[in-house]
Amino acid sequence: MADLMSLFVKTVFIENIALSLFLGMCTFFAISKQVKAAFGLGIAVIVVLTLTVPLNNLIYTYVLKEGALAWAGLPESNLEFVELITYIGVIAAAVQVLEMFLDKYVPVLYNQLGIFLPLITVNCAILGASLFMVEKNYNFVESVTYGLAAGVGWALAIVLLAGIREKLKYSDIPEGLRGLGITFIIVGLMSFGFMSFGGILL
Amino acid sequence: MKLTGKEARKLLFDPIVENNPIALQILGICSALAVTVKMDVTLVMCAALTTVVAFSNFFVSIIRHYIPDNIRIIVQMTIISSLVIIVDEVLKAYVYEISKQLSVFVGLIITNCIVMGRAEAYAMKNPPIRSFLDGLGNGFGYSFILIVVAFIREVFGAGEFFGIPVMPSWYPVNNFLLLPPSSFIIIGLMIWAIRTYSTSQVEENDNPLKAHTFKPLTVKKEAVDG
Repeated sequence: MADLMSLFVKTVFIENIALSLFLGMCTFFAISKQVKAAFGLGIAVIVVLTLTVPLNNLIYTYVLKEGALAWAGLPESNLEFVELITYIGVIAAAVQVLEMFLDKYVPVLYNQLGIFLPLITVNCAILGASLFMVEKNYNFVESVTYGLAAGVGWALAIVLLAGIREKLKYSDIPEGLRGLGITFIIVGLMSFGFMSFGGILL
Repeated sequence: MKLTGKEARKLLFDPIVENNPIALQILGICSALAVTVKMDVTLVMCAALTTVVAFSNFFVSIIRHYIPDNIRIIVQMTIISSLVIIVDEVLKAYVYEISKQLSVFVGLIITNCIVMGRAEAYAMKNPPIRSFLDGLGNGFGYSFILIVVAFIREVFGAGEFFGIPVMPSWYPVNNFLLLPPSSFIIIGLMIWAIRTYSTSQVEENDNPLKAHTFKPLTVKKEAVDG
Protein backbone atom coordinates (compact mmCIF):
# COMPACT_ATOMS: atom_id res chain seq x y z
CA MET A 1 0.00 0.00 0.00
CA ALA A 2 2.78 2.40 0.98
CA ASP A 3 4.47 1.56 -2.33
CA LEU A 4 1.38 2.55 -4.26
CA MET A 5 1.08 5.79 -2.28
CA SER A 6 4.64 6.75 -3.11
CA LEU A 7 4.13 5.77 -6.75
CA PHE A 8 1.09 8.06 -6.80
CA VAL A 9 2.91 11.03 -5.25
CA LYS A 10 5.93 10.44 -7.47
CA THR A 11 3.84 10.40 -10.65
CA VAL A 12 1.77 13.45 -9.74
CA PHE A 13 4.60 15.71 -8.60
CA ILE A 14 8.10 14.47 -9.34
CA GLU A 15 7.46 12.92 -12.73
CA ASN A 16 4.56 15.14 -13.69
CA ILE A 17 3.51 14.01 -17.12
CA ALA A 18 3.05 17.54 -18.49
CA LEU A 19 5.78 19.53 -16.76
CA SER A 20 8.55 16.96 -16.39
CA LEU A 21 7.97 14.59 -19.29
CA PHE A 22 6.38 17.14 -21.66
CA LEU A 23 3.55 14.97 -22.90
CA GLY A 24 0.23 16.24 -24.18
CA MET A 25 1.72 19.64 -24.87
CA CYS A 26 -0.40 20.53 -27.92
CA THR A 27 -3.68 20.44 -26.02
CA PHE A 28 -1.87 21.83 -22.99
CA PHE A 29 -1.13 25.04 -24.87
CA ALA A 30 -4.31 25.18 -26.94
CA ILE A 31 -6.95 24.69 -24.21
CA SER A 32 -5.48 26.58 -21.28
CA LYS A 33 -6.96 30.01 -21.83
CA GLN A 34 -9.77 29.52 -19.29
CA VAL A 35 -9.74 27.62 -16.02
CA LYS A 36 -13.20 26.17 -16.66
CA ALA A 37 -12.34 24.57 -19.99
CA ALA A 38 -9.00 23.41 -18.65
CA PHE A 39 -10.72 21.74 -15.69
CA GLY A 40 -13.18 19.90 -17.96
CA LEU A 41 -10.36 18.62 -20.13
CA GLY A 42 -8.36 17.65 -17.05
CA ILE A 43 -11.23 15.49 -15.76
CA ALA A 44 -11.60 13.83 -19.16
CA VAL A 45 -7.89 13.02 -19.26
CA ILE A 46 -8.02 11.52 -15.75
CA VAL A 47 -10.93 9.25 -16.72
CA VAL A 48 -9.40 8.11 -20.00
CA LEU A 49 -5.96 7.48 -18.49
CA THR A 50 -7.39 5.49 -15.58
CA LEU A 51 -9.23 3.32 -18.10
CA THR A 52 -6.67 2.84 -20.85
CA VAL A 53 -3.41 2.32 -18.94
CA PRO A 54 -4.66 -0.77 -17.01
CA LEU A 55 -6.39 -2.02 -20.17
CA ASN A 56 -3.18 -1.77 -22.17
CA ASN A 57 -1.33 -3.36 -19.27
CA LEU A 58 -3.60 -6.42 -19.47
CA ILE A 59 -3.20 -6.62 -23.24
CA TYR A 60 0.55 -6.33 -22.95
CA THR A 61 0.88 -8.97 -20.23
CA TYR A 62 -1.48 -11.53 -21.73
CA VAL A 63 -1.11 -11.04 -25.49
CA LEU A 64 1.83 -8.98 -26.66
CA LYS A 65 4.74 -9.70 -24.33
CA GLU A 66 7.36 -12.22 -25.35
CA GLY A 67 5.98 -15.64 -24.47
CA ALA A 68 2.73 -14.13 -23.22
CA LEU A 69 0.61 -16.32 -25.45
CA ALA A 70 1.76 -19.47 -23.62
CA TRP A 71 -1.79 -19.90 -22.24
CA ALA A 72 -2.98 -20.29 -25.84
CA GLY A 73 -0.33 -22.86 -26.66
CA LEU A 74 2.05 -20.46 -28.45
CA PRO A 75 5.01 -20.15 -26.03
CA GLU A 76 7.36 -18.63 -28.63
CA SER A 77 5.19 -15.76 -29.73
CA ASN A 78 6.46 -12.18 -29.52
CA LEU A 79 4.04 -9.56 -30.74
CA GLU A 80 5.83 -6.52 -29.35
CA PHE A 81 6.17 -4.97 -32.78
CA VAL A 82 2.41 -4.34 -33.01
CA GLU A 83 2.49 -2.63 -29.61
CA LEU A 84 1.98 0.89 -30.90
CA ILE A 85 -0.90 0.18 -33.23
CA THR A 86 -2.64 -1.92 -30.55
CA TYR A 87 -2.40 0.77 -27.89
CA ILE A 88 -3.67 3.50 -30.16
CA GLY A 89 -6.54 1.23 -31.22
CA VAL A 90 -7.42 0.51 -27.59
CA ILE A 91 -7.30 4.22 -26.76
CA ALA A 92 -9.47 5.22 -29.72
CA ALA A 93 -11.99 2.49 -28.91
CA ALA A 94 -12.04 3.32 -25.19
CA VAL A 95 -12.65 6.99 -25.92
CA GLN A 96 -15.44 6.11 -28.35
CA VAL A 97 -17.13 3.76 -25.85
CA LEU A 98 -16.77 6.28 -23.04
CA GLU A 99 -18.30 8.95 -25.27
CA MET A 100 -21.33 6.78 -26.09
CA PHE A 101 -21.73 5.72 -22.44
CA LEU A 102 -21.65 9.31 -21.20
CA ASP A 103 -24.02 10.44 -23.93
CA LYS A 104 -26.55 7.82 -22.87
CA TYR A 105 -26.27 7.82 -19.07
CA VAL A 106 -24.59 11.06 -17.90
CA PRO A 107 -25.60 13.69 -20.48
CA VAL A 108 -24.65 16.57 -18.15
CA LEU A 109 -21.02 15.52 -18.03
CA TYR A 110 -21.11 14.65 -21.74
CA ASN A 111 -22.19 18.16 -22.66
CA GLN A 112 -19.53 19.65 -20.43
CA LEU A 113 -16.72 17.60 -21.94
CA GLY A 114 -18.13 18.01 -25.45
CA ILE A 115 -15.37 18.39 -28.01
CA PHE A 116 -12.60 17.48 -25.58
CA LEU A 117 -13.34 13.77 -25.56
CA PRO A 118 -12.52 12.97 -29.21
CA LEU A 119 -9.48 15.28 -28.95
CA ILE A 120 -8.07 13.07 -26.23
CA THR A 121 -7.45 10.20 -28.66
CA VAL A 122 -4.62 12.15 -30.22
CA ASN A 123 -3.26 13.47 -26.93
CA CYS A 124 0.29 12.22 -26.53
CA ALA A 125 -0.11 12.05 -22.75
CA ILE A 126 -2.46 9.07 -23.11
CA LEU A 127 -0.29 7.01 -25.44
CA GLY A 128 2.83 8.18 -23.60
CA ALA A 129 1.54 6.92 -20.27
CA SER A 130 0.85 3.49 -21.77
CA LEU A 131 4.35 3.37 -23.26
CA PHE A 132 5.97 4.42 -19.98
CA MET A 133 3.91 1.81 -18.15
CA VAL A 134 5.43 -0.86 -20.41
CA GLU A 135 8.93 0.60 -20.15
CA LYS A 136 8.80 0.61 -16.33
CA ASN A 137 7.30 -2.89 -16.09
CA TYR A 138 4.36 -2.05 -13.86
CA ASN A 139 2.01 -4.83 -12.79
CA PHE A 140 -1.76 -4.45 -13.00
CA VAL A 141 -2.38 -2.74 -9.64
CA GLU A 142 0.56 -0.41 -10.17
CA SER A 143 -0.71 0.45 -13.64
CA VAL A 144 -4.11 1.48 -12.23
CA THR A 145 -2.35 3.77 -9.76
CA TYR A 146 0.00 5.05 -12.45
CA GLY A 147 -2.84 5.84 -14.87
CA LEU A 148 -4.83 7.70 -12.22
CA ALA A 149 -1.81 9.62 -10.93
CA ALA A 150 -0.62 10.58 -14.43
CA GLY A 151 -4.09 11.97 -15.15
CA VAL A 152 -4.24 13.90 -11.88
CA GLY A 153 -0.79 15.35 -12.53
CA TRP A 154 -1.70 16.47 -16.04
CA ALA A 155 -5.00 17.98 -14.88
CA LEU A 156 -3.23 19.81 -12.05
CA ALA A 157 -0.68 21.28 -14.47
CA ILE A 158 -3.22 22.50 -17.04
CA VAL A 159 -5.46 24.09 -14.39
CA LEU A 160 -2.45 25.89 -12.89
CA LEU A 161 -1.39 27.19 -16.30
CA ALA A 162 -4.93 28.33 -17.14
CA GLY A 163 -5.05 30.24 -13.84
CA ILE A 164 -1.85 32.08 -14.71
CA ARG A 165 -3.02 32.80 -18.27
CA GLU A 166 -6.30 34.27 -17.05
CA LYS A 167 -4.37 36.81 -15.00
CA LEU A 168 -1.87 37.33 -17.79
CA LYS A 169 -4.52 39.00 -19.95
CA TYR A 170 -4.15 42.13 -17.86
CA SER A 171 -0.45 42.65 -18.43
CA ASP A 172 1.27 44.57 -21.21
CA ILE A 173 3.47 42.14 -23.07
CA PRO A 174 5.76 43.07 -26.01
CA GLU A 175 3.91 42.49 -29.28
CA GLY A 176 5.82 39.55 -30.67
CA LEU A 177 5.84 37.74 -27.36
CA ARG A 178 2.10 38.04 -26.81
CA GLY A 179 0.06 34.84 -26.64
CA LEU A 180 2.09 31.77 -27.51
CA GLY A 181 5.57 33.18 -26.84
CA ILE A 182 4.97 34.23 -23.26
CA THR A 183 3.04 31.01 -22.58
CA PHE A 184 6.08 28.97 -23.54
CA ILE A 185 8.28 30.96 -21.17
CA ILE A 186 5.75 30.61 -18.33
CA VAL A 187 5.51 26.86 -18.85
CA GLY A 188 9.31 26.75 -18.77
CA LEU A 189 9.34 28.53 -15.41
CA MET A 190 6.55 26.30 -14.04
CA SER A 191 8.51 23.31 -15.15
CA PHE A 192 11.59 24.56 -13.26
CA GLY A 193 9.33 24.92 -10.26
CA PHE A 194 8.21 21.31 -10.54
CA MET A 195 11.84 20.21 -10.81
CA SER A 196 12.30 21.24 -7.21
CA PHE A 197 10.09 18.29 -6.23
CA GLY A 198 12.85 16.12 -7.65
CA GLY A 199 14.81 16.36 -4.41
CA ILE A 200 12.10 14.62 -2.40
CA LEU A 201 13.04 11.12 -1.33
CA LEU A 202 10.17 8.67 -1.15
CA MET B 1 -3.81 21.20 -61.93
CA LYS B 2 -0.16 21.03 -62.80
CA LEU B 3 2.39 21.57 -60.13
CA THR B 4 4.81 24.34 -61.09
CA GLY B 5 8.27 24.76 -59.65
CA LYS B 6 7.25 27.92 -57.86
CA GLU B 7 4.35 26.24 -56.11
CA ALA B 8 6.51 23.30 -55.14
CA ARG B 9 9.01 25.68 -53.59
CA LYS B 10 6.23 27.45 -51.73
CA LEU B 11 4.91 24.15 -50.37
CA LEU B 12 8.39 23.14 -49.25
CA PHE B 13 9.70 26.36 -47.74
CA ASP B 14 6.63 28.21 -46.47
CA PRO B 15 6.32 26.08 -43.33
CA ILE B 16 9.86 26.91 -42.26
CA VAL B 17 9.39 30.54 -41.20
CA GLU B 18 6.13 31.94 -42.55
CA ASN B 19 3.86 29.15 -41.37
CA ASN B 20 5.98 27.17 -38.96
CA PRO B 21 4.10 24.22 -37.45
CA ILE B 22 5.64 24.65 -34.00
CA ALA B 23 5.88 28.42 -33.70
CA LEU B 24 2.58 29.37 -35.32
CA GLN B 25 0.25 26.41 -35.43
CA ILE B 26 1.25 25.09 -31.94
CA LEU B 27 1.54 21.56 -33.29
CA GLY B 28 3.95 18.84 -32.29
CA ILE B 29 5.65 20.52 -29.37
CA CYS B 30 5.77 17.49 -27.10
CA SER B 31 8.73 15.83 -28.69
CA ALA B 32 10.38 19.17 -29.49
CA LEU B 33 11.27 19.51 -25.84
CA ALA B 34 12.43 16.15 -24.69
CA VAL B 35 14.78 15.19 -27.51
CA THR B 36 16.83 18.35 -27.99
CA VAL B 37 19.71 17.82 -25.59
CA LYS B 38 22.15 16.51 -28.19
CA MET B 39 22.47 17.15 -31.92
CA ASP B 40 22.72 13.53 -33.10
CA VAL B 41 19.59 12.42 -31.23
CA THR B 42 17.73 15.44 -32.56
CA LEU B 43 18.75 14.79 -36.16
CA VAL B 44 17.52 11.20 -35.98
CA MET B 45 14.23 12.35 -34.49
CA CYS B 46 13.81 15.01 -37.22
CA ALA B 47 14.52 12.50 -39.97
CA ALA B 48 12.04 10.04 -38.45
CA LEU B 49 9.30 12.64 -38.16
CA THR B 50 9.85 14.10 -41.63
CA THR B 51 9.66 10.62 -43.17
CA VAL B 52 6.48 9.78 -41.33
CA VAL B 53 4.69 13.06 -42.06
CA ALA B 54 5.65 13.05 -45.76
CA PHE B 55 4.59 9.45 -46.38
CA SER B 56 1.46 9.59 -44.24
CA ASN B 57 0.35 12.65 -46.25
CA PHE B 58 1.12 10.77 -49.45
CA PHE B 59 -0.80 7.61 -48.55
CA VAL B 60 -3.76 9.40 -46.98
CA SER B 61 -3.98 11.53 -50.10
CA ILE B 62 -3.95 8.49 -52.43
CA ILE B 63 -6.96 6.91 -50.74
CA ARG B 64 -8.69 10.15 -49.76
CA HIS B 65 -11.73 9.52 -52.01
CA TYR B 66 -12.36 6.13 -50.43
CA ILE B 67 -12.16 7.10 -46.76
CA PRO B 68 -15.65 7.35 -45.22
CA ASP B 69 -15.96 10.65 -43.43
CA ASN B 70 -16.96 9.45 -39.98
CA ILE B 71 -14.16 6.93 -39.51
CA ARG B 72 -11.41 8.98 -41.13
CA ILE B 73 -9.50 9.53 -37.87
CA ILE B 74 -9.15 5.79 -37.33
CA VAL B 75 -8.06 5.25 -40.95
CA GLN B 76 -5.43 8.00 -40.68
CA MET B 77 -4.27 6.60 -37.33
CA THR B 78 -3.81 3.16 -38.85
CA ILE B 79 -1.71 4.51 -41.72
CA ILE B 80 0.37 6.66 -39.38
CA SER B 81 0.97 3.94 -36.82
CA SER B 82 2.05 1.45 -39.49
CA LEU B 83 4.59 4.00 -40.76
CA VAL B 84 5.83 4.69 -37.24
CA ILE B 85 6.27 0.97 -36.58
CA ILE B 86 8.40 0.70 -39.73
CA VAL B 87 10.50 3.71 -38.71
CA ASP B 88 10.87 2.34 -35.18
CA GLU B 89 12.07 -1.05 -36.43
CA VAL B 90 14.54 0.60 -38.87
CA LEU B 91 15.96 2.79 -36.08
CA LYS B 92 16.32 -0.20 -33.76
CA ALA B 93 18.15 -2.09 -36.50
CA TYR B 94 20.61 0.60 -37.60
CA VAL B 95 21.07 3.18 -34.82
CA TYR B 96 20.25 1.15 -31.72
CA GLU B 97 22.05 3.44 -29.23
CA ILE B 98 20.16 6.54 -30.36
CA SER B 99 16.84 4.73 -30.53
CA LYS B 100 17.37 3.74 -26.87
CA GLN B 101 17.86 7.41 -25.99
CA LEU B 102 14.74 8.43 -27.89
CA SER B 103 12.85 5.80 -25.83
CA VAL B 104 9.11 6.34 -26.13
CA PHE B 105 9.35 9.43 -28.29
CA VAL B 106 9.57 7.53 -31.57
CA GLY B 107 6.30 5.83 -30.69
CA LEU B 108 4.83 9.17 -29.79
CA ILE B 109 5.23 10.34 -33.40
CA ILE B 110 1.85 8.63 -33.87
CA THR B 111 0.17 11.22 -31.70
CA ASN B 112 2.36 14.05 -32.89
CA CYS B 113 -0.18 16.66 -33.89
CA ILE B 114 1.81 17.72 -36.96
CA VAL B 115 1.26 14.34 -38.59
CA MET B 116 -2.45 14.17 -37.76
CA GLY B 117 -2.97 17.86 -38.45
CA ARG B 118 -1.41 17.76 -41.92
CA ALA B 119 -3.23 14.55 -42.87
CA GLU B 120 -6.52 16.06 -41.79
CA ALA B 121 -6.04 19.62 -43.03
CA TYR B 122 -4.07 19.10 -46.24
CA ALA B 123 -3.83 15.53 -47.49
CA MET B 124 -7.60 14.92 -47.31
CA LYS B 125 -8.17 17.66 -49.88
CA ASN B 126 -5.12 17.61 -52.16
CA PRO B 127 -3.47 15.27 -54.71
CA PRO B 128 -0.63 12.94 -53.59
CA ILE B 129 2.45 14.76 -54.92
CA ARG B 130 1.41 18.06 -53.41
CA SER B 131 0.59 16.41 -50.10
CA PHE B 132 3.97 14.70 -50.11
CA LEU B 133 5.73 18.05 -50.61
CA ASP B 134 3.57 19.67 -47.95
CA GLY B 135 4.52 16.88 -45.56
CA LEU B 136 8.21 17.33 -46.33
CA GLY B 137 7.89 21.11 -45.86
CA ASN B 138 6.24 20.74 -42.48
CA GLY B 139 8.82 18.17 -41.48
CA PHE B 140 11.51 20.70 -42.34
CA GLY B 141 9.72 23.42 -40.38
CA TYR B 142 9.69 21.13 -37.34
CA SER B 143 13.31 20.12 -37.89
CA PHE B 144 14.37 23.77 -38.21
CA ILE B 145 13.11 24.63 -34.71
CA LEU B 146 14.44 21.42 -33.19
CA ILE B 147 17.89 21.78 -34.71
CA VAL B 148 18.23 25.40 -33.58
CA VAL B 149 17.15 24.49 -30.05
CA ALA B 150 19.47 21.48 -29.96
CA PHE B 151 22.35 23.59 -31.31
CA ILE B 152 21.89 26.22 -28.59
CA ARG B 153 21.51 23.60 -25.88
CA GLU B 154 24.47 21.48 -26.87
CA VAL B 155 26.92 24.25 -27.77
CA PHE B 156 26.16 26.63 -24.92
CA GLY B 157 25.01 24.03 -22.42
CA ALA B 158 27.62 21.31 -22.72
CA GLY B 159 30.18 23.23 -24.81
CA GLU B 160 30.14 20.45 -27.39
CA PHE B 161 28.93 19.95 -30.96
CA PHE B 162 28.05 16.38 -31.98
CA GLY B 163 29.96 15.30 -28.88
CA ILE B 164 33.17 17.17 -29.90
CA PRO B 165 34.23 19.99 -27.52
CA VAL B 166 34.04 23.33 -29.37
CA MET B 167 34.03 25.93 -26.63
CA PRO B 168 37.34 27.32 -25.28
CA SER B 169 38.47 25.73 -22.04
CA TRP B 170 37.55 28.79 -19.93
CA TYR B 171 33.88 28.37 -20.88
CA PRO B 172 31.95 27.12 -17.86
CA VAL B 173 29.42 24.38 -18.64
CA ASN B 174 25.92 25.83 -18.37
CA ASN B 175 23.82 23.16 -16.72
CA PHE B 176 20.73 25.34 -16.89
CA LEU B 177 20.53 24.78 -20.64
CA LEU B 178 20.86 21.03 -20.24
CA LEU B 179 17.73 20.85 -18.09
CA PRO B 180 14.63 20.07 -20.16
CA PRO B 181 12.58 23.17 -19.20
CA SER B 182 15.16 25.47 -20.80
CA SER B 183 13.94 24.38 -24.23
CA PHE B 184 10.57 25.96 -23.45
CA ILE B 185 12.29 29.27 -22.83
CA ILE B 186 14.45 28.95 -25.97
CA ILE B 187 11.37 28.20 -28.11
CA GLY B 188 9.51 31.10 -26.48
CA LEU B 189 12.30 33.47 -27.41
CA MET B 190 12.46 32.02 -30.96
CA ILE B 191 8.75 32.66 -31.39
CA TRP B 192 9.38 36.24 -30.30
CA ALA B 193 12.14 36.57 -32.93
CA ILE B 194 10.01 34.99 -35.70
CA ARG B 195 7.06 37.22 -34.90
CA THR B 196 9.18 40.34 -34.84
CA TYR B 197 10.42 39.38 -38.31
CA SER B 198 7.00 38.60 -39.77
CA THR B 199 4.58 40.79 -37.87
CA SER B 200 1.45 39.24 -39.41
CA GLN B 201 1.72 36.44 -36.85
CA VAL B 202 1.37 38.76 -33.83
CA GLU B 203 -1.63 37.77 -31.73
CA GLU B 204 -4.53 40.07 -30.92
CA ASN B 205 -4.24 41.95 -27.63
CA ASP B 206 -7.24 40.69 -25.66
CA ASN B 207 -6.50 42.71 -22.54
CA PRO B 208 -9.93 43.92 -21.32
CA LEU B 209 -8.27 47.07 -19.99
CA LYS B 210 -6.39 47.95 -23.17
CA ALA B 211 -8.59 50.98 -23.92
CA HIS B 212 -7.21 52.54 -20.75
CA THR B 213 -3.59 51.68 -21.33
CA PHE B 214 -1.46 54.78 -21.54
CA LYS B 215 0.57 54.91 -24.72
CA PRO B 216 3.14 57.70 -24.39
CA LEU B 217 4.66 57.31 -27.87
CA THR B 218 1.50 57.71 -29.95
CA VAL B 219 0.22 60.56 -27.78
CA LYS B 220 3.48 62.43 -28.21
CA LYS B 221 3.46 61.92 -31.98
CA GLU B 222 -0.05 63.25 -32.39
CA ALA B 223 0.84 66.29 -30.34
CA VAL B 224 3.80 67.04 -32.61
CA ASP B 225 1.70 66.55 -35.74
CA GLY B 226 -1.02 68.87 -34.50
